[in-house]
Amino acid sequence: MTAMPIAPPAPAAAGASPANTPAPFTPAPDGAELTGSQIMWEALVAAGVDCVFGYPGGAIMPAYDAMPAYPIRHVLVRHEQGAAHMAEGYARASGKVGVAIATSGPGATNLVTGIANAQLDSVPTVFITGQVSSALLGTDAFQETDVTGITLPITKHNYLVTRAEDIGPTVHEAFFVARTGRPGPVLVDITKDALQQKAIWHPPKGEPRRRGYRPDLRAREADLERAAAMIDAADRPVIFCGHGVVRAGASRLLQDFVARTGIPVASTLLGLGGFPATHPLSLGMMGMHGEAWVNTSIQEADLLIALGMRFDDRVTGRLATYAPHARKIHVDIDPSEIHKNVRVDLPILDDVARVLTALEPRVKRRDRKAWMQRIDALRGDSAVRDIRNLPDDGHLYAAHVILDLWRLTEGKAIVVTDVGQHQMWEAQYYKHDHPRKLITSGGLGTMGFALPAAIGARMACPDDEVWVVAGDGGFQMTACELSTLAQEDAKVNVAIINNGFLGMVRQWQQFFYQGRYVATPMRSPDFVKLAEAHGLTGLRVTKRSEIEAAYATAKATPGTVVIDFRVEQEDAVYPMVPSGADLHDMIRRPAPASAIVEKPEDF
Amino acid sequence: MSPLLNLATGPRTPRTIVAHVEDRPGVLARVVTLFRRRGYNIVSLTVARTHEPGVSRLTAVVDADDDTARRLEANLYKLIDVISVDDLTAAPAVIHELAMVKVNAAPRERTDVIELGKVFGARVVDVGPTTLTVQITAPRDAVDRLIAALGPHGIVDLVRTGAVAMPRGDVAPVPKADAYTLEEPDLDPDLDD
Ligand SMILES: Cc1ncc(C[n+]2csc(CCOP(=O)(O)OP(=O)(O)O)c2C)c(N)n1
Repeated sequence: MTAMPIAPPAPAAAGASPANTPAPFTPAPDGAELTGSQIMWEALVAAGVDCVFGYPGGAIMPAYDAMPAYPIRHVLVRHEQGAAHMAEGYARASGKVGVAIATSGPGATNLVTGIANAQLDSVPTVFITGQVSSALLGTDAFQETDVTGITLPITKHNYLVTRAEDIGPTVHEAFFVARTGRPGPVLVDITKDALQQKAIWHPPKGEPRRRGYRPDLRAREADLERAAAMIDAADRPVIFCGHGVVRAGASRLLQDFVARTGIPVASTLLGLGGFPATHPLSLGMMGMHGEAWVNTSIQEADLLIALGMRFDDRVTGRLATYAPHARKIHVDIDPSEIHKNVRVDLPILDDVARVLTALEPRVKRRDRKAWMQRIDALRGDSAVRDIRNLPDDGHLYAAHVILDLWRLTEGKAIVVTDVGQHQMWEAQYYKHDHPRKLITSGGLGTMGFALPAAIGARMACPDDEVWVVAGDGGFQMTACELSTLAQEDAKVNVAIINNGFLGMVRQWQQFFYQGRYVATPMRSPDFVKLAEAHGLTGLRVTKRSEIEAAYATAKATPGTVVIDFRVEQEDAVYPMVPSGADLHDMIRRPAPASAIVEKPEDF
Repeated sequence: MSPLLNLATGPRTPRTIVAHVEDRPGVLARVVTLFRRRGYNIVSLTVARTHEPGVSRLTAVVDADDDTARRLEANLYKLIDVISVDDLTAAPAVIHELAMVKVNAAPRERTDVIELGKVFGARVVDVGPTTLTVQITAPRDAVDRLIAALGPHGIVDLVRTGAVAMPRGDVAPVPKADAYTLEEPDLDPDLDD
């Protein structure tokens, strides 16, 4: 590893800026007179925060000035979008609330993409932004933007705080709102004068009470009974494992439920890992890039049991022909999701874990062999076309890169993906057996998500192996955060699936725009040199035979390693349900002329 | 096509929805943003404080079919500042709005206008040199009919508050129950077979 070309100031170089060294800390006593800034940090410590991601600036400076006294690690990002994604990665990996901090105006607006991402993927996050002094609000003062206005439709809730005494209760409530019910982003905008003034600090006690906030919905007995009867009566049921299963920590309960009922499980993208991918009753991912047998079994099912998912259009295909024979049970914590995209027969409003616990003893033990035989027949049909079964023809396929990553990390790594073809290949070929090990941007599909989100996951789970899988396009959107990794001396390994194109868009051009590749060929920097320019390690892989050695080097090298995988340029993700088509109407990988028929179990 | 129409069930009719909200800065913006973002067509919206400190009451009339109306309730329920939501469309309720209509009325036309107003239970609240201002508080269709009847005199200015609603009898809208429940789905169980 080469030395860093420009050494940061001494404290950071030692990996021990004052903020990063846990100072002996005792919380301020009830009744202490503190500045708004101190109250903010006291409240964060009281909320259990140990790490925040941020970037300073004028309006938030009082808060930064007070920070070193508190036992909270601050990760200095290179762009506030990165801070937002890091907070999300932290939250997704740990299940705790992630926190990002930015200054007013441009600092806050740079957070917006990340906040929208957290909203669409229901990630519990708290964003703290500095704001101009209260006397200047509404005057278009320097670096003033209406941040609560801008983020109103993309937050679960937001607050503008103009008085020091309101900071403590607001931060307390913000964390409560962010993590309860259907989780989501909460923004707290604090004026500079509120940070500077003094007020009496009262440590939070108990859960905040708001008359209009009742996140704890409970299923009705009668509905649980009905659900059990519908399940018992079904011969071809499929369970949908959504993000809600992961959020509720219901993986174990789901496995118990499946052991009793013999019902196969299909996952949404964000549900992957909520049910072990290598379980015999795991079907894999459903929807636009779900395997053919998954989508076909949904179309043939007589009952869908949807757990913590929202029938997104990427999952259902054309609604008019979606699962036409199936009755539908929809378990969700958010009433506004019921009947939104798909009209269901039985909605149950409750936490997935509580519902599974209540349902298990009520349903009959069954094995549903005939149904599984039918699904296995569908699987066999697909295996012929599976790219894994292609013999090594000297080309480097992304699927192989990911399959080998799964094999060599023993399926245990936290994998953080960006958005595009590589994201779908990861979902198809990296078999996640554990929850919170796949972190990806689902609802918003935010390119640039992976690298910063992986840094967040790294801070949350210091003992896990963390891998970024990104495209050459998306990686360049937030590549500046390599510098953050270097400064924090943190190790995240990066696999760039470099196809020289904005691959997913190129694929759509290939399929739906007669192959006119407009604005999708993309030139990239030399990623090996880019890594080295940051004082990190860079490797390049062009053949399948080199993959294993590269992974071994990445594992053995201290510090972040970036691998530039030069993959097949015009490969496509199969199967594919075109947007708005019937779920069973898939574009399949052309069957290879000399297919070697192997079964998926061979891997 | 608005995504909301995907699942349109039945005709779109005006719905009267009453919500109690915490009287905090920005709460109206939140409600309006929700309507705009989810594509609800607002017929009228009124908000004012109530007898309870810190609580405002909002009456919204929106054009919606059954499912979108139900989802509007659910979406309002999600707003943290919203304390209660009730759909009074089908419930026995007094649903009134107030309108003031300023019409041309030269001195010899005045009795005509005043008599017309009386038929609708409206009264004159201002007299100008050549105009009269008539005020009515009534259900929407009565207001519509008065306006139509006054039309021939020439309407100079007109304002309507939009509907406010209150359940009949001893009942009052209740704050959000501890457990939010959906109505029973009224689907024919054999629909799909
Ligand atoms: C911020 C943002 N801009 C644009 C898009 C649209 N988009 C979706 S996938 C994609 C191509 C991604 O290319 P690359 O990062 O190289 O990954 P690949 O598909 O090649 O694996 C684009 C441009 C997006 N999802 N996010």
